[in-house]
Amino acid sequence: MTDTPTLTFAFMDPPFETGRTATFFRLLDICARRGYHIKVFAYEGAVALPFSQQKPHANAVHGRDASEENHPLPKDWIAALTEEAERNGGSLNWVNCGLCVDERGVNAAIDGVSRGSPADFWKLAAASTNSLVIPTR
Amino acid sequence: MKALQIVEAAYRGTIEEQDDTILWLSHAMKGVGADLTVALRGNAVNYAVKGQAAGGLTFGNWHQTQPPDIEQDLTSLMEKGIQVYVVEVDLRHRGIPTDKLVTGVGLLSFDDFVDLIEDSDRIWHW
Amino acid sequence: MSFPEYSMHKYLLIESRDPYESGDAEFIPNLATNLARKGKEVTILLVQNGVLPARAKAARGELQNALEAGVIVLADSFSLRERGIADSDIVSTIRAVLLDVVVDAMADGTKTIWH
Repeated sequence: MTDTPTLTFAFMDPPFETGRTATFFRLLDICARRGYHIKVFAYEGAVALPFSQQKPHANAVHGRDASEENHPLPKDWIAALTEEAERNGGSLNWVNCGLCVDERGVNAAIDGVSRGSPADFWKLAAASTNSLVIPTR
Repeated sequence: MKALQIVEAAYRGTIEEQDDTILWLSHAMKGVGADLTVALRGNAVNYAVKGQAAGGLTFGNWHQTQPPDIEQDLTSLMEKGIQVYVVEVDLRHRGIPTDKLVTGVGLLSFDDFVDLIEDSDRIWHW
Repeated sequence: MSFPEYSMHKYLLIESRDPYESGDAEFIPNLATNLARKGKEVTILLVQNGVLPARAKAARGELQNALEAGVIVLADSFSLRERGIADSDIVSTIRAVLLDVVVDAMADGTKTIWH
Protein backbone atom coordinates (compact mmCIF):
# COMPACT_ATOMS: atom_id res chain seq x y z
CA MET A 1 0.00 0.00 0.00
CA THR A 2 1.39 3.39 -0.94
CA ASP A 3 1.74 5.91 1.90
CA THR A 4 -0.36 9.03 1.53
CA PRO A 5 1.98 11.86 0.59
CA THR A 6 2.64 14.65 3.03
CA LEU A 7 3.50 17.89 1.28
CA THR A 8 4.80 21.03 2.98
CA PHE A 9 4.45 24.50 1.52
CA ALA A 10 5.99 27.76 2.68
CA PHE A 11 4.03 30.80 1.53
CA MET A 12 4.65 34.50 2.13
CA ASP A 13 2.09 36.67 0.38
CA PRO A 14 -0.67 38.58 2.17
CA PRO A 15 -4.26 38.44 0.86
CA PHE A 16 -5.35 40.30 -2.24
CA GLU A 17 -1.96 41.48 -3.54
CA THR A 18 -0.67 38.91 -5.98
CA GLY A 19 -1.55 36.14 -8.42
CA ARG A 20 0.58 33.76 -6.39
CA THR A 21 -2.10 33.48 -3.73
CA ALA A 22 -4.71 31.95 -6.04
CA THR A 23 -2.16 29.56 -7.56
CA PHE A 24 -1.06 28.50 -4.08
CA PHE A 25 -4.62 27.76 -3.02
CA ARG A 26 -5.20 25.87 -6.28
CA LEU A 27 -2.31 23.61 -5.30
CA LEU A 28 -3.76 23.12 -1.83
CA ASP A 29 -7.12 22.28 -3.40
CA ILE A 30 -5.58 19.58 -5.56
CA CYS A 31 -3.86 18.11 -2.50
CA ALA A 32 -7.05 18.30 -0.43
CA ARG A 33 -9.15 16.56 -3.07
CA ARG A 34 -6.58 13.77 -3.17
CA GLY A 35 -6.69 13.39 0.61
CA TYR A 36 -3.04 14.29 1.06
CA HIS A 37 -1.60 15.55 4.31
CA ILE A 38 -0.86 19.20 3.72
CA LYS A 39 1.40 21.31 5.89
CA VAL A 40 1.53 25.04 5.41
CA PHE A 41 4.10 27.31 7.02
CA ALA A 42 2.75 30.81 6.58
CA TYR A 43 5.56 33.33 6.75
CA GLU A 44 5.41 37.12 6.80
CA GLY A 45 2.36 38.49 4.97
CA ALA A 46 0.75 35.09 4.56
CA VAL A 47 -0.09 35.02 8.27
CA ALA A 48 -2.96 37.36 7.41
CA LEU A 49 -4.59 34.73 5.20
CA PRO A 50 -6.39 33.00 8.09
CA PHE A 51 -7.23 36.26 9.90
CA SER A 52 -10.70 35.72 11.30
CA GLN A 53 -11.75 39.38 11.00
CA GLN A 54 -11.78 39.50 7.20
CA LYS A 55 -15.13 40.87 6.02
CA PRO A 56 -16.81 40.71 2.61
CA HIS A 57 -18.09 43.85 0.93
CA ALA A 58 -20.46 44.95 -1.82
CA ASN A 59 -19.33 46.05 -5.24
CA ALA A 60 -21.03 49.26 -6.26
CA VAL A 61 -19.13 49.44 -9.55
CA HIS A 62 -20.86 46.23 -10.59
CA GLY A 63 -24.09 46.93 -8.74
CA ARG A 64 -23.75 43.91 -6.47
CA ASP A 65 -24.53 43.82 -2.77
CA ALA A 66 -22.24 41.98 -0.40
CA SER A 67 -24.18 38.77 -0.72
CA GLU A 68 -24.22 38.88 -4.51
CA GLU A 69 -20.56 39.84 -4.70
CA ASN A 70 -19.59 36.86 -2.58
CA HIS A 71 -16.16 38.35 -2.21
CA PRO A 72 -13.45 35.74 -1.64
CA LEU A 73 -11.99 35.72 1.82
CA PRO A 74 -8.88 33.54 2.20
CA LYS A 75 -9.93 32.55 5.70
CA ASP A 76 -12.95 30.82 4.13
CA TRP A 77 -10.74 29.11 1.57
CA ILE A 78 -8.59 27.70 4.36
CA ALA A 79 -11.62 26.46 6.28
CA ALA A 80 -13.11 24.87 3.14
CA LEU A 81 -9.85 23.18 2.20
CA THR A 82 -9.40 21.86 5.71
CA GLU A 83 -12.83 20.25 5.48
CA GLU A 84 -12.12 18.94 1.99
CA ALA A 85 -8.83 17.37 3.01
CA GLU A 86 -10.41 15.69 6.03
CA ARG A 87 -13.37 14.49 3.98
CA ASN A 88 -10.91 12.69 1.74
CA GLY A 89 -8.89 11.15 4.54
CA GLY A 90 -6.17 13.78 4.59
CA SER A 91 -5.46 16.90 6.60
CA LEU A 92 -4.46 20.54 6.38
CA ASN A 93 -2.20 21.77 9.13
CA TRP A 94 -1.71 25.57 8.86
CA VAL A 95 1.07 27.04 10.96
CA ASN A 96 1.44 30.81 11.22
CA CYS A 97 4.88 32.20 12.02
CA GLY A 98 4.17 33.69 15.44
CA LEU A 99 6.45 36.70 15.28
CA CYS A 100 5.07 37.58 11.87
CA VAL A 101 1.57 37.46 13.40
CA ASP A 102 2.55 39.70 16.29
CA GLU A 103 4.12 42.43 14.21
CA ARG A 104 1.09 42.53 11.92
CA GLY A 105 -1.48 42.34 14.70
CA VAL A 106 -3.38 39.52 13.03
CA ASN A 107 -3.53 37.32 16.08
CA ALA A 108 -7.20 36.44 15.63
CA ALA A 109 -6.97 33.47 13.30
CA ILE A 110 -9.70 31.01 12.41
CA ASP A 111 -9.99 27.79 14.39
CA GLY A 112 -7.44 25.15 13.58
CA VAL A 113 -4.58 27.51 12.76
CA SER A 114 -1.58 27.10 15.01
CA ARG A 115 1.26 29.41 15.90
CA GLY A 116 4.80 28.39 15.25
CA SER A 117 8.30 29.41 14.34
CA PRO A 118 10.91 28.79 11.64
CA ALA A 119 11.85 25.64 13.50
CA ASP A 120 8.43 24.30 12.58
CA PHE A 121 9.04 24.87 8.88
CA TRP A 122 12.19 22.80 9.09
CA LYS A 123 10.52 20.04 11.11
CA LEU A 124 7.48 19.92 8.82
CA ALA A 125 9.62 19.87 5.70
CA ALA A 126 11.96 17.23 7.08
CA ALA A 127 9.01 14.96 7.85
CA SER A 128 7.32 15.44 4.47
CA THR A 129 7.46 13.66 1.16
CA ASN A 130 8.41 16.95 -0.43
CA SER A 131 8.24 20.69 0.08
CA LEU A 132 7.81 23.82 -2.02
CA VAL A 133 8.63 27.41 -1.17
CA ILE A 134 6.56 30.04 -2.97
CA PRO A 135 8.34 33.29 -2.15
CA THR A 136 7.02 36.80 -2.31
CA ARG A 137 8.53 39.46 -4.54
CA MET B 1 17.89 16.33 4.56
CA LYS B 2 20.16 18.94 2.99
CA ALA B 3 18.41 22.14 1.98
CA LEU B 4 19.75 24.84 -0.29
CA GLN B 5 18.41 28.28 0.54
CA ILE B 6 18.64 30.32 -2.66
CA VAL B 7 18.11 33.98 -1.82
CA GLU B 8 17.32 36.24 -4.78
CA ALA B 9 15.02 38.97 -3.43
CA ALA B 10 17.12 41.70 -1.84
CA TYR B 11 16.32 44.66 0.39
CA ARG B 12 12.69 43.62 0.48
CA GLY B 13 11.27 44.86 3.76
CA THR B 14 14.70 44.80 5.38
CA ILE B 15 14.24 48.23 6.98
CA GLU B 16 10.84 47.37 8.49
CA GLU B 17 11.93 43.91 9.58
CA GLN B 18 15.46 44.99 10.60
CA ASP B 19 16.63 41.80 8.95
CA ASP B 20 16.53 40.01 5.68
CA THR B 21 13.80 37.63 6.74
CA ILE B 22 15.20 34.69 4.80
CA LEU B 23 18.68 35.00 6.29
CA TRP B 24 16.91 35.34 9.63
CA LEU B 25 14.84 32.22 8.90
CA SER B 26 18.05 30.37 8.06
CA HIS B 27 19.60 31.38 11.39
CA ALA B 28 16.53 30.17 13.24
CA MET B 29 16.36 26.85 11.40
CA LYS B 30 20.05 26.24 12.02
CA GLY B 31 19.23 26.55 15.68
CA VAL B 32 17.19 23.35 15.46
CA GLY B 33 19.86 21.49 13.56
CA ALA B 34 18.92 22.23 9.96
CA ASP B 35 21.51 21.25 7.37
CA LEU B 36 21.54 24.36 5.22
CA THR B 37 23.61 26.07 2.60
CA VAL B 38 22.85 29.60 1.45
CA ALA B 39 23.40 30.72 -2.14
CA LEU B 40 22.91 34.39 -2.98
CA ARG B 41 21.91 35.09 -6.55
CA GLY B 42 20.30 37.91 -8.51
CA ASN B 43 20.21 41.17 -6.58
CA ALA B 44 20.88 39.32 -3.33
CA VAL B 45 24.56 39.01 -4.32
CA ASN B 46 24.73 42.60 -3.08
CA TYR B 47 24.14 41.22 0.42
CA ALA B 48 27.73 40.00 0.35
CA VAL B 49 29.15 43.47 -0.18
CA LYS B 50 31.19 44.96 2.66
CA GLY B 51 30.27 48.38 3.94
CA GLN B 52 26.46 48.30 3.75
CA ALA B 53 25.05 50.90 6.15
CA ALA B 54 21.31 51.33 6.67
CA GLY B 55 21.39 53.26 9.94
CA GLY B 56 20.04 56.68 10.81
CA LEU B 57 16.44 56.40 9.62
CA THR B 58 13.89 58.54 11.44
CA PHE B 59 10.16 59.14 10.98
CA GLY B 60 9.12 62.14 13.03
CA ASN B 61 10.48 61.45 16.51
CA TRP B 62 10.81 57.73 15.87
CA HIS B 63 14.43 56.66 15.43
CA GLN B 64 15.56 53.27 14.19
CA THR B 65 17.92 51.90 16.81
CA GLN B 66 18.49 48.45 15.27
CA PRO B 67 18.96 48.89 11.54
CA PRO B 68 19.56 45.77 9.49
CA ASP B 69 23.16 44.61 9.40
CA ILE B 70 23.19 42.15 6.52
CA GLU B 71 26.98 41.91 6.46
CA GLN B 72 27.06 40.82 10.09
CA ASP B 73 24.16 38.45 9.54
CA LEU B 74 26.09 36.66 6.81
CA THR B 75 29.14 36.45 9.04
CA SER B 76 27.01 35.01 11.84
CA LEU B 77 25.53 32.41 9.52
CA MET B 78 29.02 31.32 8.56
CA GLU B 79 30.11 31.26 12.22
CA LYS B 80 27.19 28.91 12.84
CA GLY B 81 28.51 26.58 10.17
CA ILE B 82 26.35 27.55 7.23
CA GLN B 83 28.32 27.96 4.04
CA VAL B 84 27.32 31.09 2.14
CA TYR B 85 27.96 31.45 -1.58
CA VAL B 86 27.39 34.07 -4.25
CA VAL B 87 26.78 33.27 -7.90
CA GLU B 88 29.66 34.88 -9.72
CA VAL B 89 27.88 35.82 -12.93
CA ASP B 90 25.37 37.90 -10.96
CA LEU B 91 28.23 39.73 -9.24
CA ARG B 92 29.77 40.43 -12.62
CA HIS B 93 26.51 41.74 -14.10
CA ARG B 94 26.29 44.17 -11.22
CA GLY B 95 29.91 45.27 -11.44
CA ILE B 96 30.73 44.03 -7.95
CA PRO B 97 34.43 43.22 -7.56
CA THR B 98 35.22 40.12 -5.53
CA ASP B 99 37.57 42.04 -3.23
CA LYS B 100 34.51 43.91 -1.91
CA LEU B 101 32.92 40.77 -0.52
CA VAL B 102 32.41 39.77 3.09
CA THR B 103 35.18 37.44 4.24
CA GLY B 104 34.33 33.77 3.95
CA VAL B 105 31.67 34.02 1.25
CA GLY B 106 32.39 31.50 -1.48
CA LEU B 107 32.15 32.13 -5.21
CA LEU B 108 30.13 29.85 -7.43
CA SER B 109 30.31 29.59 -11.17
CA PHE B 110 26.90 28.87 -12.64
CA ASP B 111 28.08 25.33 -13.26
CA ASP B 112 29.01 24.92 -9.58
CA PHE B 113 25.66 26.42 -8.63
CA VAL B 114 23.90 23.78 -10.71
CA ASP B 115 26.01 21.09 -9.03
CA LEU B 116 25.00 22.48 -5.64
CA ILE B 117 21.36 22.20 -6.66
CA GLU B 118 21.95 18.64 -7.73
CA ASP B 119 23.62 17.82 -4.40
CA SER B 120 20.82 19.26 -2.27
CA ASP B 121 17.71 17.34 -1.27
CA ARG B 122 15.49 20.38 -1.16
CA ILE B 123 15.92 23.62 -3.05
CA TRP B 124 14.06 26.55 -1.53
CA HIS B 125 14.21 29.62 -3.75
CA TRP B 126 13.25 32.88 -1.99
CA MET C 1 5.44 15.23 -30.77
CA SER C 2 5.11 12.95 -27.79
CA PHE C 3 5.74 14.12 -24.26
CA PRO C 4 7.19 11.81 -21.61
CA GLU C 5 5.13 11.54 -18.48
CA TYR C 6 6.06 14.47 -16.29
CA SER C 7 6.44 12.21 -13.27
CA MET C 8 9.59 10.77 -14.83
CA HIS C 9 11.28 14.16 -14.73
CA LYS C 10 13.58 14.84 -11.83
CA TYR C 11 13.25 18.60 -11.73
CA LEU C 12 10.13 20.67 -12.04
CA LEU C 13 10.92 24.34 -12.41
CA ILE C 14 7.84 26.52 -12.01
CA GLU C 15 8.17 29.85 -13.80
CA SER C 16 5.64 32.44 -12.73
CA ARG C 17 7.48 35.41 -14.26
CA ASP C 18 7.46 36.54 -17.85
CA PRO C 19 10.45 37.83 -19.82
CA TYR C 20 8.76 41.17 -20.64
CA GLU C 21 8.47 42.48 -17.09
CA SER C 22 11.06 40.46 -15.21
CA GLY C 23 14.79 41.11 -15.38
CA ASP C 24 15.42 37.61 -14.10
CA ALA C 25 13.52 35.65 -16.72
CA GLU C 26 16.67 33.97 -18.02
CA PHE C 27 17.31 32.13 -14.78
CA ILE C 28 14.88 29.24 -15.08
CA PRO C 29 15.55 28.48 -18.77
CA ASN C 30 19.31 28.71 -18.15
CA LEU C 31 19.08 26.45 -15.12
CA ALA C 32 16.92 24.01 -17.03
CA THR C 33 19.29 23.94 -20.00
CA ASN C 34 22.29 23.42 -17.74
CA LEU C 35 20.59 20.57 -15.89
CA ALA C 36 19.47 18.99 -19.15
CA ARG C 37 22.98 19.16 -20.56
CA LYS C 38 24.18 17.32 -17.44
CA GLY C 39 21.74 14.58 -18.31
CA LYS C 40 19.03 15.50 -15.80
CA GLU C 41 15.36 15.24 -16.53
CA VAL C 42 13.88 18.72 -16.43
CA THR C 43 10.44 20.17 -16.96
CA ILE C 44 9.51 23.85 -16.88
CA LEU C 45 5.91 24.67 -15.96
CA LEU C 46 4.76 28.16 -16.88
CA VAL C 47 2.14 29.64 -14.57
CA GLN C 48 0.48 33.05 -14.16
CA ASN C 49 2.16 35.65 -16.39
CA GLY C 50 4.83 33.08 -17.07
CA VAL C 51 2.51 31.67 -19.77
CA LEU C 52 2.66 34.85 -21.85
CA PRO C 53 5.62 33.62 -23.94
CA ALA C 54 3.66 30.51 -24.89
CA ARG C 55 1.90 32.26 -27.75
CA ALA C 56 3.25 31.04 -31.07
CA LYS C 57 4.47 34.44 -32.17
CA ALA C 58 5.77 35.60 -28.78
CA ALA C 59 9.39 36.47 -28.21
CA ARG C 60 10.57 33.66 -25.95
CA GLY C 61 14.19 34.61 -25.27
CA GLU C 62 16.06 31.99 -23.28
CA LEU C 63 12.94 29.84 -23.04
CA GLN C 64 13.39 29.09 -26.74
CA ASN C 65 16.94 27.90 -26.02
CA ALA C 66 15.62 25.60 -23.32
CA LEU C 67 13.08 24.14 -25.73
CA GLU C 68 15.79 23.56 -28.29
CA ALA C 69 17.94 21.86 -25.63
CA GLY C 70 15.17 19.32 -25.11
CA VAL C 71 13.63 20.71 -21.94
CA ILE C 72 9.93 19.89 -21.67
CA VAL C 73 7.92 23.09 -21.30
CA LEU C 74 4.36 22.95 -20.05
CA ALA C 75 1.85 25.75 -19.39
CA ASP C 76 -0.90 25.89 -16.77
CA SER C 77 -4.19 25.68 -18.62
CA PHE C 78 -6.00 27.96 -16.16
CA SER C 79 -3.36 30.68 -16.54
CA LEU C 80 -3.67 30.39 -20.32
CA ARG C 81 -7.46 30.61 -20.25
CA GLU C 82 -7.33 33.49 -17.81
CA ARG C 83 -5.27 35.39 -20.38
CA GLY C 84 -7.37 34.40 -23.40
CA ILE C 85 -4.68 32.18 -24.85
CA ALA C 86 -6.42 29.34 -26.68
CA ASP C 87 -4.75 26.00 -27.34
CA SER C 88 -4.56 26.96 -30.99
CA ASP C 89 -2.57 30.09 -30.05
CA ILE C 90 0.19 28.18 -28.27
CA VAL C 91 3.46 27.24 -29.94
CA SER C 92 3.47 23.54 -30.75
CA THR C 93 6.47 22.84 -28.51
CA ILE C 94 4.62 23.89 -25.35
CA ARG C 95 1.75 21.80 -23.94
CA ALA C 96 -1.13 23.04 -21.82
CA VAL C 97 -1.62 20.97 -18.67
CA LEU C 98 -3.54 21.00 -15.41
CA LEU C 99 -1.79 22.34 -12.32
CA ASP C 100 -1.99 18.80 -10.99
CA VAL C 101 1.43 18.22 -12.56
CA VAL C 102 2.97 20.13 -9.65
CA VAL C 103 1.33 17.95 -7.04
CA ASP C 104 2.13 14.81 -9.02
CA ALA C 105 5.78 15.83 -9.22
CA MET C 106 6.01 16.74 -5.55
CA ALA C 107 4.38 13.49 -4.49
CA ASP C 108 6.85 11.66 -6.69
CA GLY C 109 9.81 13.29 -4.95
CA THR C 110 10.77 15.48 -7.90
CA LYS C 111 12.83 18.51 -6.90
CA THR C 112 10.41 21.37 -7.35
CA ILE C 113 11.45 25.01 -7.48
CA TRP C 114 9.22 28.06 -7.78
CA HIS C 115 10.53 31.17 -9.50
